[in-house]
Amino acid sequence: MESVGRILSRPAAWLGDALDLLLGPLQRLVGTRRMGYFFILPNMLVFGIFILLPMLLNFAYGFTSGSSILLHNREYTGLRNFELLLECDLSFLNPGSGNFFNPNVCQYDRFWRAVNNTTVFVVFQVGIMVLFALVTALALNRKISGRGFFRSVYFYPVLLSPVVVALIWKWILQPQGVLNGLLTGWGVEPQPFLTAPDWARLWVIFVSVWAQMGFHTLILLAGLQAIPAEMYEAAAIDGGGLWQRFRRITLPLLMPTLMVVLVLSLIRAVQVFDQVFVLTSGGPGTATLYMVQFIFQTAFDQQNYGLAAAASLLLAAALLILTLFQLRLGRTSEIA
Amino acid sequence: MGRMMREGRGVVAFLTRRRGGGKIDVADILTYLCLLVGVLAMFGPVLWLVLSSFKTPASLTSFPPTLLPMQPVTMEVAGYPEPLRLVDVTFPDGTTRRLAQVRRVGIEVTMVDPTDPAGEIVLNINEVGRRPVEQVYFDTANYSGGVQSFAFFRYLRNSVVVTVVATLITLLINSMAAFGLSKYRFRGRDAFFLIILSTLMVPISVIMIPAFLVISKVGWVNSLWGVIIPGAATPTGVFLLRQYMLTIPDETLESARIDGASEWRIYWQIVLPLAGPALAVLAIFSIMWRWNDFLWPLIVLSHSELFTLPIGLNAFQGALNTQWNYILAMTVLTLLPITVVFAILQRYITTGIATTGLK
Repeated sequence: MESVGRILSRPAAWLGDALDLLLGPLQRLVGTRRMGYFFILPNMLVFGIFILLPMLLNFAYGFTSGSSILLHNREYTGLRNFELLLECDLSFLNPGSGNFFNPNVCQYDRFWRAVNNTTVFVVFQVGIMVLFALVTALALNRKISGRGFFRSVYFYPVLLSPVVVALIWKWILQPQGVLNGLLTGWGVEPQPFLTAPDWARLWVIFVSVWAQMGFHTLILLAGLQAIPAEMYEAAAIDGGGLWQRFRRITLPLLMPTLMVVLVLSLIRAVQVFDQVFVLTSGGPGTATLYMVQFIFQTAFDQQNYGLAAAASLLLAAALLILTLFQLRLGRTSEIA
Repeated sequence: MGRMMREGRGVVAFLTRRRGGGKIDVADILTYLCLLVGVLAMFGPVLWLVLSSFKTPASLTSFPPTLLPMQPVTMEVAGYPEPLRLVDVTFPDGTTRRLAQVRRVGIEVTMVDPTDPAGEIVLNINEVGRRPVEQVYFDTANYSGGVQSFAFFRYLRNSVVVTVVATLITLLINSMAAFGLSKYRFRGRDAFFLIILSTLMVPISVIMIPAFLVISKVGWVNSLWGVIIPGAATPTGVFLLRQYMLTIPDETLESARIDGASEWRIYWQIVLPLAGPALAVLAIFSIMWRWNDFLWPLIVLSHSELFTLPIGLNAFQGALNTQWNYILAMTVLTLLPITVVFAILQRYITTGIATTGLK
């Protein structure tokens, strides 16, 4: 690493000198204090054009209809897009329509299917992943040799492209794949892992836990190692058992880290897209259709930008609520 | 790597040693057992992919699959134009002979003893046991065939360009902004910072439609710039670097000013080197994000000569008539670069992420 720094240092110095030559006059012109504006300018430009402006434009799309992506060709339709999204197609088939907590309601409606699927995915994926990551981090935090090796192996899938992850598992789970091979060896019927709705939902959760767990393990492990050893020594003198130590020392002191992990993984889970897109493409049927894929396909396959923008505004609202929830939780955990 | 070598010195020594000495107990054994099962679960699938990628199409479709890539053993037998497959034949009396199969018609199979090619032996397949002789064989045809239609090096080049350029731009503009926000007092500074922070939770998936409109107005559809620039102003990066730069004392900057250094020089020669650790962490994150980025490049790029590795691999696996054997080999090629980088830099990467995840 140091040698890389040394090789880069000379061109970096030249570049610095060259820019200094250009920026000297600017500083004399605007004064030292206003150079602050200059320093934030490039970032604010990129930020303003590619993040802030789109955020505002999203409303313009959400409240207009038409197949053109150009705003002046679109027609203002008010809340129509939101109505279209929220109402149930074929609701006459569903006796209990109107009650969105009933999983049988709106089952023919792609949007509500996606909302439902995403909710179930988020709850199980985050729950299972944080639990696994915590257990792994606790195991790695014991006095063991080869910790670096284990840490790296668990982290490795995090670096793999979601497409690669999906293909690895598609190969394992296919009808003639190794998992079915093992099952046959044990005398169990081969299973339609990716073509039966319930199996597909389960494997989508498993694969994304597999791919992301290492990252959260790493953060939790760092949090565990920050707990001073004296705390445990004191507990050992008091004669607390393993579970007592975990409940009274580890868990409370790890709470801030656990909160970070929980929120990061929640926000990521809500946006689940790429692995699933390659692994099942949302299928079978709409069994693994999630919000982002719904938005993506509505916008770029069906050219229904208005409906897609309305859906992404709802997604943004969900993320906002999660964030506020986290801030609140963060406050209460500080008080506790 | 050296560490692993030392640890691998002796399995027994490795298993019974522990930090700070002392005997190994049941809990330790359980821990190791769980961790090893975990290693198998995390690394096994990748290993299976790599092994599978060296199998012949015929052995890929055989079910149940074999662990190692296998191939039937053939042999040249005098008097026969084609090489013949070797088969272990078990006779009703229990003896086993290794014979070469000449042909099979219905339930009659004609064999010949390779050591005595003069006389053909005709057998009824219901009366003898037959097991084809196979050997481990790593077939590279999947790789040579796959790269015919998967432009690996072009995709790799695009991925490297996107990752490197985007990371450099991210580091530059984020650190400039962090410097401006942490070391200057100017009107609207706190408002700017708050606006940036408020988008910490706004992912590209929420703004993909208008962002695509902006990109097409700028003329960056089907351009690597369209992939690189929009994600460069990361709120995470600005936040991380600003928090770090706040810890650099203002007196350092003041004394440089007295020595006549310009503001740019203070940023470039004093603050940037001091913010090194935070920059390194942001660099790791940026490289990870960019290398694996999927949704946004998928929207921006539709010309195959501009595809990055994930987009190229996705298109390749989605193409009609693409065979699993090629997909497997090209998936291995795609994961190879990041694996090599990780193998070399794993220590820096894991510790780097561990130290900031907390902030």
